[in-house]
Amino acid sequence: MTREIYLDNSATTKPFEEVTDYISEINRNCYGNPSSLHTKGIEAEKLVNKARRIIADSIGAEAKEIYFTSGGTEANNLAVLGYLEANIRKGKHIAASAIEHPSVLEIYKHLASKGYKVDYIKVDKSGIVDIEHLKSVISNETALISVMLVNNETGSVQPIETIVKLKNSINRDTAIHVDAVQAYGKMNINPAKSGIDIMTVSSHKIHGPKGVGAIYVDKGVKIKPIIFGGGQESLLRSGTENVPGICGFSLAAEMMHSKIDLNISRVARLKKLFLELLESKLDDYCIISPENGFAYILSISFSGVKSEVLLHHLEERGIFVSTGSACSSRKNIHSHVLKAMGLKASDIDGAVRFSFSSFNTEEEIEQTVEALKEIVLKIRVKRLK
Amino acid sequence: MKKVILVRCGEIILKGLNRPVFESVLVSNIKKALYGLGKVDVLKSQSRIYVEPESEQYDFEAAVKRLTKVFGIVSLSPVWKIDTNFEEIKKHSILMINDLLENNNYKTFKVETKRGNKRFPMESPEISRELGEHILNKFPSLTVDVNNPSFTLFVEVRESSYIYSEIIAAHGGMPLGTNGKATLLLSGGIDSPVAGWMIAKRGVEIEAVHFYSYPYTSERAKEKVMELARILAAYCGEIVLHIVPFTDIQLDINEKCPQDESTIIMRRIMMMISEKIAKSRGSMALITGESVGQVASQTIQSLAVTNAAVSIPVFRPLIGMDKNEVIEIARRIETFETSILPYEDCCTVFVAKHPKTKPRLEHILNSESKLDVERLAGEAVKNTEIIRIKPN
Repeated sequence: MTREIYLDNSATTKPFEEVTDYISEINRNCYGNPSSLHTKGIEAEKLVNKARRIIADSIGAEAKEIYFTSGGTEANNLAVLGYLEANIRKGKHIAASAIEHPSVLEIYKHLASKGYKVDYIKVDKSGIVDIEHLKSVISNETALISVMLVNNETGSVQPIETIVKLKNSINRDTAIHVDAVQAYGKMNINPAKSGIDIMTVSSHKIHGPKGVGAIYVDKGVKIKPIIFGGGQESLLRSGTENVPGICGFSLAAEMMHSKIDLNISRVARLKKLFLELLESKLDDYCIISPENGFAYILSISFSGVKSEVLLHHLEERGIFVSTGSACSSRKNIHSHVLKAMGLKASDIDGAVRFSFSSFNTEEEIEQTVEALKEIVLKIRVKRLK
Repeated sequence: MKKVILVRCGEIILKGLNRPVFESVLVSNIKKALYGLGKVDVLKSQSRIYVEPESEQYDFEAAVKRLTKVFGIVSLSPVWKIDTNFEEIKKHSILMINDLLENNNYKTFKVETKRGNKRFPMESPEISRELGEHILNKFPSLTVDVNNPSFTLFVEVRESSYIYSEIIAAHGGMPLGTNGKATLLLSGGIDSPVAGWMIAKRGVEIEAVHFYSYPYTSERAKEKVMELARILAAYCGEIVLHIVPFTDIQLDINEKCPQDESTIIMRRIMMMISEKIAKSRGSMALITGESVGQVASQTIQSLAVTNAAVSIPVFRPLIGMDKNEVIEIARRIETFETSILPYEDCCTVFVAKHPKTKPRLEHILNSESKLDVERLAGEAVKNTEIIRIKPN
């Protein structure tokens, strides 16, 4: 393939070269097991602890509040199941926004079958949780609320601090779990200041390796393991540490955080350019992402177009995007997020997500919109006769 | 004692003078199926075939699994081959039952004897009776139940003698390669792999044609078809898969023909292209997964219009089957799980909301005349990608 324009950075990102080099160096040289008593083990343990400090620093947390996992999904499972297991007396009611990632929603569905009362909080047209609805469901029986910081399909950003204030005014004992997988490394987050009790992040969304993630657990919050074994990660997550992955993750986190503001302004410029070009070249589309949403994600629906067909035509030209969310596109169903936002089925059919990274250039955006123009005109269903 | 596999042949034993031809094809197919598991002798004897491995470490389980997919075999049994001598038969029967009881909680048994070797001094009922008595004496926990035993010990007295307790069903049919070649239209759905399998079962060699509409469909649709061909190849041997680029033709149909006729015209062109490919490959018929009335393009009127597009025979082995009957076979031959993967094949993206269910040939021919069918079909054939799919 001559060129590759990768606009699917919410699905996963291309690892930084520095990260892949660092990982292979550690694989080659520092292959010890952090639990071993000898020098090889101690060396590996030090690397993991250093990585832990880097991740902690990046969100203004303490090192002991960070535990490594196998990724965002495991972190979310640990957050919800581990918290509830450790806090049985806090009540049998839990609530999540209707637009959570499947790695949260599926746990809630599972818990609903295990005797928990579950509420899914509605969102408005721009994908923001309905505060009034949330207010009406919180009670002194509410143990946990899960709300994602940035939605993976639309880039809507939830007002976490407002939500925290609201729940504190009703039930201080309710814990807040925030899935920050899309947001982490791409915007400044300080869970302690925001009143977040548990937060989850993932490495491969920030140009780190796949198979690593982390969970932040406020030091005052109790949580129990969901995986049992050798007692690694302060007994919370057994299993030999993925040392190269953890190190690669921490390097990627460091690199992303050193340029967080610069990257936001870069990506915001790309998004603005994208929208301007689109307006001058194409008709009949609607922008799904909220205007004040996350700069890295732009979701658009092209009317009369089947998004998968558009995706493959773009792919043919070396441009990679997603339809709705990568996790939903393999199931033949409409995105639960776009449905919750009240989109019509025909708009969901034509919804494509472009998600950017600091690797993208203005030229790539120009080429993408040019390609979009040609393809949409070609594949749009014309036969309304 | 030697462990061997006893293979029972199906209807080829009913053949007359050409029976040896069928048998030798089956022997050769058996050798091919067992390739890579180690050296074996494959011997024909009185409508049976015996597979005798050289090594004692031979993987019988894997061999049996592969042989159950060889057409022309009705059933198989892992058997012990021993000298034709009653003391030997008694001794090894005890050893075999010992093995059986180690893994199973069997309470009752019976002995069934066949004496092919009429020079052997005891008659079948006598062998069964005396052997049964011997077993009862050795295993006090067992009793005889001739109607519903937990296991049956089979004894066959021939040149050598054979004992076994297990009969594993295979699919029957005719040895592959004894009935020419046909070309299967393989879509990626549930039906077409089953249709291909059913015709292959009759000894027909299969080639497959798939119509590929990238970028209107996913590359995964192609991967899926290749995987289905790979599953079929476990029965049919290497399958030549023709991937026909179909996007331009579909766009042309969409632009020039009435929407409610687009599916039937598409079907006709698929048949024409398949016929061209079949003829160029020495294949004498087409195979489709159609079943009367299943969808708009499979009403009796639609089938007639589709059929009129070609001159070679079209085999439709599912024609009178219900969907659940097809699914049952798809599960049995292990294509079902792959068939239900969601990647769209070329039919679904362009499909009209309300296609004609009672098309008339003259109307369809009229609409079709707006297309340069010969050129389109010729180009598609020219640009067809050929992939040889080997079994796993």
